[in-house]
Amino acid sequence: MGKRIDVKDLNVFYGDFKAVEDVTMTIEPRSITAFIGPSGCGKSTFLRTLNRMHEVIPGGRVEGSVRLDDQDLYAPGVDAVGVRRTVGMVFQRPNPFPTMSIRDNVTAGLRLNGVKGKKLLEEKTEQSLRGANLWNEVKDRLGKPGAGLSGGQQQRLCIARAIAVEPQVLLMDEPCSALDPISTLAIEDLVTELKDRYTIVIVTHNMQQASRVSDKTAFFNLAATGKPGRLIEMNDTQKIFNNPEVSATEDYISGRFG
Amino acid sequence: MSTTNQGSSAAPAPAVDEALPDLDTGRSGGRALRNNAATVLVWLAFLIALIPLVWILWIVVSKGWHSVASMTWWQKDQSGALPPGFDTNIRGARHAIVGTVEIGLITSLIAIPIAVMTAIYLVEYGRSGGRTNARIARVVSFMVDILSGIPSIVAALFVFAVWVTTLQQQLVPICVALALTMLMIPVVTRSTEEMLKLVPNELREASYALGVPKWKTVVRVVLPTAISGIITGALLGLARVLGETAPWLFLTTYFQYLTYNPAASAGIASLPTLIYNQSGNISSPISADRVWGGALTLILLVLAINLLGRLIGRLTRVKR
Ligand SMILES: Nc1ncnc2c1ncn2[C@@H]1O[C@H](COP(=O)(O)OP(=O)(O)OP(=O)(O)O)[C@@H](O)[C@H]1O
Ligand SMILES: [Mg+2]
Repeated sequence: MGKRIDVKDLNVFYGDFKAVEDVTMTIEPRSITAFIGPSGCGKSTFLRTLNRMHEVIPGGRVEGSVRLDDQDLYAPGVDAVGVRRTVGMVFQRPNPFPTMSIRDNVTAGLRLNGVKGKKLLEEKTEQSLRGANLWNEVKDRLGKPGAGLSGGQQQRLCIARAIAVEPQVLLMDEPCSALDPISTLAIEDLVTELKDRYTIVIVTHNMQQASRVSDKTAFFNLAATGKPGRLIEMNDTQKIFNNPEVSATEDYISGRFG
Repeated sequence: MSTTNQGSSAAPAPAVDEALPDLDTGRSGGRALRNNAATVLVWLAFLIALIPLVWILWIVVSKGWHSVASMTWWQKDQSGALPPGFDTNIRGARHAIVGTVEIGLITSLIAIPIAVMTAIYLVEYGRSGGRTNARIARVVSFMVDILSGIPSIVAALFVFAVWVTTLQQQLVPICVALALTMLMIPVVTRSTEEMLKLVPNELREASYALGVPKWKTVVRVVLPTAISGIITGALLGLARVLGETAPWLFLTTYFQYLTYNPAASAGIASLPTLIYNQSGNISSPISADRVWGGALTLILLVLAINLLGRLIGRLTRVKR
């Protein structure tokens, strides 16, 4: 499990506005890659092109190619819905389905895609919740609404929901920005564990977080507001944080930015 | 030294405290006056607006309650009541209540699915489904606006023109339901639209990100989240059209006897037309009882539907 992602010459647009320009990068299977960069430089936009969520936005379109192992996600005939089953996503704000119980939230992706069988779904629930380090906290109230959990628990519930459909890749857009330090650590531990099975990409504004969890770090920047964001530098996290090749990266990491 | 303690006012420190109240009362004196004047005005306006409401309710309840309170009212139709004064104990309105409720149900069955699906199209597909969809949605939305401005008599006239002039059919009570449908669709479409817009986009995205197709996201995620408001809005829309009179007058004949057949060519009764039919003879006590009893029943019916809507809304609301 866990696939390699190859991005080549990718441009991302909102209507006529080019938000991200000319990104080429390789993300290794079963590794954690962190995206860092100033607000508005297109990290979320780029991340959402990796599971074709970008085109959900009116006017959203993409030029270039994204390959998952050997399959081009944007080749004609490729179904965006199928891509999203292979490349899962966790959002900045925890968003459990408010009408569903904890159990139903976890199995939502399976049930809504037609998977049936009480036994199977029960196994999946436990397995995914254990995978998200949430099982012990919620095993006695699986029938209660998912929205009744704490923010950190909700976010882990969303992670459980995402891994229940067994994706190859997990995209996380600032998954800890709405959480306290303890919940943040819980999620970071979880992400490190998940690395054995999934290819993980995580967007973060927290430098310590990037250096704690990631193997590789990609720094994005934009020349000026209104200009498209670009990938400035991508390398081993150690290298980026200790000895970056581009001075803009060093300025950003050390807080001498702007 | 404590700054809040009243007992320390003898100390020299509160010089600032003394300066402040002066400043405060100077300003808030005028403001308090304006505030009081505005409060009185608002209350006065409220009371004036309340007068006609309380008055209507008082007259209708005081003149209608003894009809409504008797079992005959709910159990009997108007048979045996002809010629006038033939049997003063028979003041039933079951035929009119059944007619109103039945046609109301048929109206809901036609109008609610159309309205909800229109709203789904406008919100879920018109807003994010590319240029063509956006253009169609704008036209549809404009049509809904026009429809909501159509007077009930015009809706009735339209149904008459289509049914009788074009299709050459005999008028049946269902025609009334068709006219009421035209009046109900825009109301329910708008309220459903508002409810769908309240569903956070994050839930749709969460569903898409799990590889769930759009239509399934709408059916299994968006609709369940909004269902409570949709039901409430639909029932309020029904309550809104139940009191319409023009379609009944125009499209069906007032029929004095109980019938459950919505395709009866003899026509069907309704509460508004019961009132209308009897008001010409209001000097007779029986007719007066029917008029006020009918009015009170209609008010109670609309009230019951409103309350039901709120109750269902509360029961189906998403719990936290
Ligand atoms: N729905 C949208 N429509 C049009 N432009 C958008 C939309 N979403 C984002 N943008 C623009 O695209 C650019 C990149 O935004 P994006 O959200 O990807 O930045 P980001 O790096 O994720 O920022 P942050 O760190 O604040 O989350 C910005 O200029 C933004 O204004
Ligand atoms: Mg972002």
